[in-house]
Amino acid sequence: MATALKQDDSGNNQPESAENVVVRFAGDSGDGMQLTGGQFTLSTALAGSDLATFPDFPAEIRAPQGTLFGVSAFQINFGSRAIETAGDEPDVLIAMNPAALKTNVDALRPGGLIIADAGEFGKRNLDKAKYENNPLEDGSLAKWQLLKLDISALTLEAVKPFGLGNKEALRSKNMWTLGLALWMFERDRQPIVDWLNTKFAKLPDVAGANIAALNAGHAYGETAELSGDGLGGGHLTTRKVGAAPSAPGEYRTVTGAEALSLGLVAGAQLAEVPMFFGGYPITPASAILHHLSRLKEFDVTTFQAEDEIAAIAAAIGASYAGKLGITSSSGPGIALKGEAMGLAIMTELPLVIINSQRGGPSTGLPTKTEQSDLYQAVYGRNGDAPMPVIAARSPSDAFECAIEAVRIAIQYMTPVMLLTDGYIANAAEPWQIPDVASLEPFPVTYLDKMPEGGLKPYSRDEKFARPWIKPGTPELMHRIGGIEKGIDTGHIDYGSANHQKMTEIRRDKVLGVADSIPDQDVALGNAGGKLAVVGWGSTYGPIHQAVRRAVEAGKDVAHIHIRNIWPMPKNLGELLKSYDRVIVPEMNTGQLKTVLRDQYLVDAKPINKVSGQPFTIAEIDAAIEENLS
Amino acid sequence: MNEMTKITTLKDWETDQEVRWCPGCGDYAILKAVQRTMPELGVRPEDTLFISGIGCSSRFPYYMETYGFHTIHGRAPAVATGAKLANPDLDVWIITGDGDALSIGGNHTMHLLRRNLDCQIMLFNNEIYGLTKGQYSPTSRVGTNTPSTPYGSVDRPASPCAFALGSGARFIARGIDIHKDLTNVLKAAHAHKGAAFIEIFQNCIVYNKDVFDEFAAKKTAASTQLLLANGEPMLFEKGAKGIAMDRETLSLKVVDVVDGDWQAANVIVHDVTNRSVAHMLIEMPFGEFPMAIGVLYDDPRPTFEAAVVEQNVEAAKGKKPDLQALLNKGQTWTVTEDGPEL
Repeated sequence: MATALKQDDSGNNQPESAENVVVRFAGDSGDGMQLTGGQFTLSTALAGSDLATFPDFPAEIRAPQGTLFGVSAFQINFGSRAIETAGDEPDVLIAMNPAALKTNVDALRPGGLIIADAGEFGKRNLDKAKYENNPLEDGSLAKWQLLKLDISALTLEAVKPFGLGNKEALRSKNMWTLGLALWMFERDRQPIVDWLNTKFAKLPDVAGANIAALNAGHAYGETAELSGDGLGGGHLTTRKVGAAPSAPGEYRTVTGAEALSLGLVAGAQLAEVPMFFGGYPITPASAILHHLSRLKEFDVTTFQAEDEIAAIAAAIGASYAGKLGITSSSGPGIALKGEAMGLAIMTELPLVIINSQRGGPSTGLPTKTEQSDLYQAVYGRNGDAPMPVIAARSPSDAFECAIEAVRIAIQYMTPVMLLTDGYIANAAEPWQIPDVASLEPFPVTYLDKMPEGGLKPYSRDEKFARPWIKPGTPELMHRIGGIEKGIDTGHIDYGSANHQKMTEIRRDKVLGVADSIPDQDVALGNAGGKLAVVGWGSTYGPIHQAVRRAVEAGKDVAHIHIRNIWPMPKNLGELLKSYDRVIVPEMNTGQLKTVLRDQYLVDAKPINKVSGQPFTIAEIDAAIEENLS
Repeated sequence: MNEMTKITTLKDWETDQEVRWCPGCGDYAILKAVQRTMPELGVRPEDTLFISGIGCSSRFPYYMETYGFHTIHGRAPAVATGAKLANPDLDVWIITGDGDALSIGGNHTMHLLRRNLDCQIMLFNNEIYGLTKGQYSPTSRVGTNTPSTPYGSVDRPASPCAFALGSGARFIARGIDIHKDLTNVLKAAHAHKGAAFIEIFQNCIVYNKDVFDEFAAKKTAASTQLLLANGEPMLFEKGAKGIAMDRETLSLKVVDVVDGDWQAANVIVHDVTNRSVAHMLIEMPFGEFPMAIGVLYDDPRPTFEAAVVEQNVEAAKGKKPDLQALLNKGQTWTVTEDGPEL
């Protein structure tokens, strides 16, 4: 199945070949680094390389220019082999100003290449970045290769014919930089040119200036290389990163927020149920609301509510009325929705709740990633309020998880929480587009006739699910609510025996979801052995790479990645007990670890990180090393 | 009565559930008024949805033989919004109270009214928290003595109808629980396409007994109530007094009407579409003025759910719901056995 690397047979300028390269674009939040990164990602994907990205931006929309806290960065790891993470250490850092250099250079691998816009290294910007001396001149960057280019001046020169003002013209700096990056990695400029022409269709001068800057950056690379200019010690050359081996099929790049939105649409289509999405703007979850708002032709109604509570309450109202209610937020908003989740549990209505986790508690780190809402998802409601919880491990996995969440919600008449995080929501990766015909439909059924023996709104099927009855159906009028329900009838019932029984039914119904999910697999390594590294969510990449290295080095290590956080797969306890040791890397202080210990009495050891940054492979390597010795 | 109005009788709207309000509670009268009104509206029980929050009033849906949802405290307007957007054909009634709608759920009430969701919202105002045993509420008058305010409440009350008007409501009415005219108010609310807000003065006989007596008592009603009717002069005291405009101060005043000649006294003819006068009627200080009862304001405009449906239809026009095409959208590439192709 593997595809061969493309060979350059020109004979001239034989490019360096690299298995994988990590590039980080860093600049002011107004410099357009996320856009540059996004377009570079697209060109990488079109070249067939595997890739993973990590956008890292400040919470401020436009922080004061040139400041350290206003730096926005975009990292991409791409290669001719399978890529699972955005890369530990960049090989190339493109720094658009002193602040970007200062906040990012320490991550650069020794010997890595710095491309700096020397035109931005004046005293004012150096002061703002708290540099006493110009680092481009004082030798402090000696352990890296340094390319000093006056990108600002070169851009102004390139866009001169378009007669833009200075400020406007400098906005094209990112395209000049992108042009240079495209040259470095031998990429086709045409898709970017097409994109610019579309984006600025109404502003032909702006489109023209950006394209001119892009071409100028590209041409600069060619000329500089030909002239053999040393450029401040750095060596400017092209590197070829070939296509990664991947299964034949149709591909596109996808972010987690996109994949999740598409998965929800697919799930609703497979269930043959119209979707109602209630949302309230919150970072990093808003992208899902934005995506779904444009998909009306798929019977999607979106509702931007007045607050988080109204968003879920409206979704519950829509579910009661017979649509599939969905709501989405991040930790603080999920906290606000807690009481309403209890209502959905009590009234046994289908509902999907998406939590794009971010750093907490409280407002926490709105734009940084964390996995610290697992307790909240599994336990975070008043009363015994069980709810199935699923966690996506990557952008493309979010598609399948969304479909699965819809299936469980509908088949079990229950709210379901789908966990993703800021990293997954924003990161992009290549995605083999699924064949819709291969997706299994699970059409809903509504109760639409008076059953024999009369109406019992809380009667149950073999899954303990109660019937879904749409208001508007003749004869089946009934009342539901948050007060404890009588068995079968659904009438108010405070009786002690009734509450005992109903609590047990709600628990058993959710635990029964385990009957419809696959057994836990071992992602890599053997079932049973010395060490299992158990993860969930977006730690998949670094864990998988680290375990792969360990396995390749002949170590007895396995990677287990749990999608079904609650209920857990039926075989998971036995599987974990088949290893001498279990470690659980998480971007929190040990939440899955607690659940595993509680459920299976296994001595799961926590490996924790809460810096707002994903784990590096090296960090997992070290944990594996320590626990094997 | 046309054919449609004969489809049900009062009995069709009663459930078999035992009503659990305190004996003598004003809620009984309101329940009966609603059950009496429904057969006259020409609607079917299966198309009717009662949604409530939390509080004494919010038990209401259990007693109506319709679809019903007893939700959580303050959130009934939000649940109703989702249900109505999901199925605009439902006839939605929201049952709420002064604490539910104006305190914990004030935000949702405001947004429901501003959006103009087509529904009837019945706010049972008893100026007290009954179900939690008698704490003061956002409509309690200053100085109300309760377990949580043993020295009397110090904060000023909210005016439900002024709140509704300020939030953009296009239908505002007042009724009294035991008033025989309540059914007419309900009918007018139902006839209004859009959010119809009804404040109902409801007597909590346990924690706030007879707090509305000064204007609700039958004995003195003729002089304490201004019963409004569209197109009719604003008269009370059996026509001996009326409401006129003081042109100097642009405010309302009480005038004497001699020998029924209200025109000579410049008594205002009620125009339910006049928002400024509606505001003045709502704000009339009781004592100096009678309490305005009935439909204060009724001036429909397009509803939220209709606009959402219209926009959804428009946005979907000419687009095929092709899931495969959606997944394949944007720039894609194909990997064959020989590698990627652009």
